[in-house]
Amino acid sequence: MKQTVKKSTWAVLLCVLALLAAVVVLENVLDPNKNIMVFAALKKGAVYALVAVSMNLLNGFTGLFSLGQAGFMLLGAYTYAILTIPAAQRDTVYYIYNGSAVNFSLPELFGGGTAGLVLGVLAALILGGCVAAAVAWLIGLPVLRLKSDYLAIATLGFGEIIRAVFQWDKLGPVTNGANALKSFPTFSSFNIQNAAGETVLRLSTFTAFLLAGICIAVIVLLINSTYGRAFKAIRDDEVAAEAMGINLSKHKRLAFVISSFFAGVGGGMFAMFANQAQAKTFTTAMTYEILLIVVIGGIGSVSGSCIAAFLYVAASEWWLRFLDAETFVGGVKVPLLRNGFRMVVFSVVIMIVVLFFRRGLMGDKELPDLFKKRRKGGAAK
Amino acid sequence: MSENVLKVENVTMQFGGVVAVDNLNLEVNKGEIVALIGPNGAGKTTAFNVITGVYQPTNGAVWFQGEKIVENHPQGKMKQQYKGGHAGEYTQALAPTPDKVTRLGMARTFQNIRLWKSQTVFDNVLIAKHCRAASNVFSATFRLNRKEEARQRENVLELLETVGLADVKDELATSLPYGKQRRLEIARALAAEPKLLLLDEPAAGMNPQETEELTAFIGEIRDRFQLTVFLIEHHMNLVMNISDRIYVLDFGKLIAQGDPAAIQNDKRVIEAYLGVSEDA
Amino acid sequence: MQYAISILLSGVSLGGQYALIAIGYTMVYGILRLINFAHGDVFMVAGLMMVYLTASLPLAVSVPLVLVLTVLLGFIIERAAYKPLREAPRMSVMISAIGVSYLLQNLATYITGGLPQMYPEIPGISATVTIAGVPTKWVTVVTPVLVLVLVLALTRLIHHTKVGMAMRAVAKDFETAQLMGIKINAVISVTFIIGSFLAAVGSVLYFTNYQSIVPLSGSLPGLRAFVAAVFGGIGSIPGAVVGAFIIGLSESVIKGSSWSIFSDAFTFALLIVILVVKPTGLFGEKVTDKV
Repeated sequence: MKQTVKKSTWAVLLCVLALLAAVVVLENVLDPNKNIMVFAALKKGAVYALVAVSMNLLNGFTGLFSLGQAGFMLLGAYTYAILTIPAAQRDTVYYIYNGSAVNFSLPELFGGGTAGLVLGVLAALILGGCVAAAVAWLIGLPVLRLKSDYLAIATLGFGEIIRAVFQWDKLGPVTNGANALKSFPTFSSFNIQNAAGETVLRLSTFTAFLLAGICIAVIVLLINSTYGRAFKAIRDDEVAAEAMGINLSKHKRLAFVISSFFAGVGGGMFAMFANQAQAKTFTTAMTYEILLIVVIGGIGSVSGSCIAAFLYVAASEWWLRFLDAETFVGGVKVPLLRNGFRMVVFSVVIMIVVLFFRRGLMGDKELPDLFKKRRKGGAAK
Repeated sequence: MSENVLKVENVTMQFGGVVAVDNLNLEVNKGEIVALIGPNGAGKTTAFNVITGVYQPTNGAVWFQGEKIVENHPQGKMKQQYKGGHAGEYTQALAPTPDKVTRLGMARTFQNIRLWKSQTVFDNVLIAKHCRAASNVFSATFRLNRKEEARQRENVLELLETVGLADVKDELATSLPYGKQRRLEIARALAAEPKLLLLDEPAAGMNPQETEELTAFIGEIRDRFQLTVFLIEHHMNLVMNISDRIYVLDFGKLIAQGDPAAIQNDKRVIEAYLGVSEDA
Repeated sequence: MQYAISILLSGVSLGGQYALIAIGYTMVYGILRLINFAHGDVFMVAGLMMVYLTASLPLAVSVPLVLVLTVLLGFIIERAAYKPLREAPRMSVMISAIGVSYLLQNLATYITGGLPQMYPEIPGISATVTIAGVPTKWVTVVTPVLVLVLVLALTRLIHHTKVGMAMRAVAKDFETAQLMGIKINAVISVTFIIGSFLAAVGSVLYFTNYQSIVPLSGSLPGLRAFVAAVFGGIGSIPGAVVGAFIIGLSESVIKGSSWSIFSDAFTFALLIVILVVKPTGLFGEKVTDKV
């Protein structure tokens, strides 16, 4: 028993390493300038995979229906951006407010260069997560006592509040008001350049995958720990969980804070992906998007969320693009195809999943489970 | 003098104008198996819920291992509505949540089985060990608690062997037959390492043979884990065979107490169960 | 003074419009325990239908047609997206509601091409009137009156008809009502029909005031109306109306101050405070869980 557990852990680890290596190879073989869509989809997919898994931790594994994800992402994105914009760029970015109230930049504090960049970005991402987690802790005090659907609407409302606060003029010197924050290090900053300024090794997609991968791995470890099991007990039957000595408010808050931490990190990564951070991006629609990814992947399946994130992003940003373009085949205009049709098709697909394939891609199973079952079946024959 | 583990003192539980438990007093001593019986709706489960912290009583106190764990007195609107006795004797409001009561050393089962449906038999029991884990979320996530985790898993395996569920440990809890689900619920409660085990109708829905097995099983675990057992039950065979003492509840009031033989011959108990005949 | 009156007027009319939406939320929640996330979008679709219908039909035809079509839409949504999930966990139904909302918004974006649409002028209520020296539209005056009439009619329906009695029974206890032979699905359909009808009326009033419609026009009024329903005590119709007027007034006051960016934040802060302090709202009944 123990042996097989060890073996499958190693197998998973190997697969992940192989995937990371494949990303590096792909990125350096294909020309990113000719395949913008591919790499944009991969990076965004990695970010969304992390955020979806963090939402799944709450909605799928602890049974708390929260819709505050975009709000926590916003906190992470802004924290990251504010802490990493180079001091020299601040006047340009904050030109409306005559400069920024924060006049240091973490990558520079860490001495600049490659080491400064890596440490600074990491520290900023983690701090972004911490800010989101701290706010979640505060919000959780009142809100987590609410029953499922009230919790959903309260967290949704909280997201709206955060967005309003960050767009507030008076906070302009810190948040740049309703304007975007930019010029901070992005994934592309991790491409390695030679002295002449030519890119010799592209690592931007790899960086996105690595960061998301580490975070998701930590979440998986948590889910499989004694605390993760307690979360699942709360999801399955709150009354029984409490009767078996699981402190409901403590564990719910823990799940909420941890989920928000990773949503915050994901938000920071989203800023890195988008090259900017702006409050109006982090709308309720974004939360819905992530929720739908979780649903498509299967509520309670980490690998499902990851796969669904990539499918969703690739489909919406890349494969289904043609639905939005007016197309002529043999001189005849293809009906229906015009701007906005993609999202209609999308929402119809989602409704079909919700209504007829309620378990999503994976149900509550994980990828390795599928192989295990096959092996078991084989042995029986 | 025997050491008393549980003492319910003047407990009244009133919902609005309805008195569900009326001035209940009872004691359970160390190592005993004590039964709480009574017709449907007599307030037995309500009494359990008060003891385990699910409900806060309207008035009265509960002591566990010599320590007062629950206490309350009528407050707010209830001050006017209160119909029970001993008003004014209690002044504190002490209301631990059920999880805290469990960690103090009391574990229960439920009348309508409440297993964690998506979990295996093994995990159902393992989760109950969570409340005894010393690791924090950080050390648990990063597997710094390997020793503790291994010990817990070993304990659970032993426990499952003791209760005879080791062969089905990897099955889903809900796929077990009914009698085994009841047994699993008891195993899960045992995993929380209680001193006092509270069983809410453990034999409900069992056939006579299963009931007999359960009777033997309860005696066994009491001896093996040095438990005190307090149970609610309708199967009189089980109650009479197993109990050291019996309390009888009717319409929220305690109407009799004593050893099985005495209860069997108590006129009021017979009346409560069979009803008073019109011409008697 | 004039300023205060104009704020008051717009607050009352806004409140009335929210009330009509809030009733739909509160009735559906009362019966299905479901936050119908798509309700605000039904309201938006009603507005869009009006835009497109008046383009080719006279007003006397298009207004009733909009009401009928909106009712039909509400009915279809319930049958297609909620009924199949009646036995499913509550989370699934809520996700389905979010899915419908998403679908309606995307459809609206597709059809309008994402461009704001101008709501037609409706003779009578679009005209300007001066009250206490403040110029405003007739709709401001008509709204509270219309709301009052509709709410009274609805209350009569609920308390004095067989359908109303069935609705109350289902709201009280879903399963028992079913056992007593009440046709649950019919009752639920009626609830959605009434809710959508009121939302359609609300949309006529609301968009006469705020003339431009975009696909997201429904989501915020919808959420505010939902907050109003919670504020009044979810499941209670008078509660929803009172809550809606309070939300409408406070929104109007905040929008008129220098804190206007926080008007939605305030609404949600209010929601969180109510849920924490008095989850049953002003008029709601207490529900306890059984162990």
